[in-house]
Amino acid sequence: MARSYFSQYLTIGLFLVVSVGLVMGTLQLARLLRPNVPSYEKYTTYESGIDPIGQGWAQTNVRYYIFALLFVVFDVEAVFLFPWAIVFERLGTQALIEMVIFIAILALALLYAVKKKVLDWL
Amino acid sequence: MAALAQEILFWALAVMMGIAAIGVVTSRNVVHAALYLVGTLMGAAALYILLLAEFVAWVQVLVYVGAIVVLMLFGLMLTRAPIGRANFDNDQRLMSALTALAVFGVTSYIMVRAFEGQTIDLTRETGTLTSSIGEVIFSTYVLPFEVVSVLLLAALVGAVVIARRD
Amino acid sequence: MPISYFLVLSALLFSVGIYGVLARQNAVLVLLSIELMLNAANINLVAFSAFLQEAGVAGQVFALFVIAVAAAEVGIGLAIVILIFRNRQSVDVDEMSLMKW
Repeated sequence: MARSYFSQYLTIGLFLVVSVGLVMGTLQLARLLRPNVPSYEKYTTYESGIDPIGQGWAQTNVRYYIFALLFVVFDVEAVFLFPWAIVFERLGTQALIEMVIFIAILALALLYAVKKKVLDWL
Repeated sequence: MAALAQEILFWALAVMMGIAAIGVVTSRNVVHAALYLVGTLMGAAALYILLLAEFVAWVQVLVYVGAIVVLMLFGLMLTRAPIGRANFDNDQRLMSALTALAVFGVTSYIMVRAFEGQTIDLTRETGTLTSSIGEVIFSTYVLPFEVVSVLLLAALVGAVVIARRD
Repeated sequence: MPISYFLVLSALLFSVGIYGVLARQNAVLVLLSIELMLNAANINLVAFSAFLQEAGVAGQVFALFVIAVAAAEVGIGLAIVILIFRNRQSVDVDEMSLMKW
């Protein structure tokens, strides 16, 4: 079915509006119907029955930052793989060599991270 | 009819992005600022779809909203910025606002004057094909493409050297 | 649709980013404002790519490169901020006056 670009996105937009509206609407409806009896215990953080200690804002280990950064690097790589996969048949060997160089350079990054032992589990 | 719908969509997105952008620079809570940034970025993605650039739009969602904002939240957690009503602004707010207003006034005046009455034709039946983007990247802009990988390598090596604890 | 709509919106985002860079004290929030400015540039690139349809998709390709560069920039920027935080227990850009004369 060949429909025009905007009418296809109109369908996605309608789905978005309906789904967000449904969640918001039911939550607001529940707000109107439920009893509202706040107390201190209800507002404390739920920690499996134990009283919470300290603040919820704890500092994470700096090592996790490297994992996040590796994710970003390979996310960007994936972005360039999509158009490459589409034009691969037409461009052939040339596109293959280009992508192999690209991936090899990024594999160097992964190799460096492994060699520096930043990926080891604590 | 379609043109009117596009215009309404543009104004809705523009208002949303403007409010979210101002939220980014005025919010008193660092996590709220990052979430306002998500609002601006999603608005920009919708704007790209309106401009028939669907591949760029989904890359925006994938990389910006999915990866860069996550990295920002990691940065906020790692630096343990105080949450709550802390003072995040320095004492040059007035000068900054004046500078921003001046930049906005000058650039928008020049842009409007330069492109007066020129319109973008958004009535095509199909968006930009991803295959045409791929063809341009892998035949014309091969060198920038490879340089991107070197840049990412350099960024990762730099971050490992800086963030490693020893 | 007039192209100036998109250009003025992008100018607005860029100026809001300038305000954020100048007025914020937390270094991570300064980086967030820089992202706003990069996005303003991207909107311009994509808008001109739609405006000059006969010129091809170079504008969109460059928007992709800008997104990739933004990823690298945020990665290294946050690493520097984290290092400063570890050495000085603060990410306040006004206190980073070690190299100031």
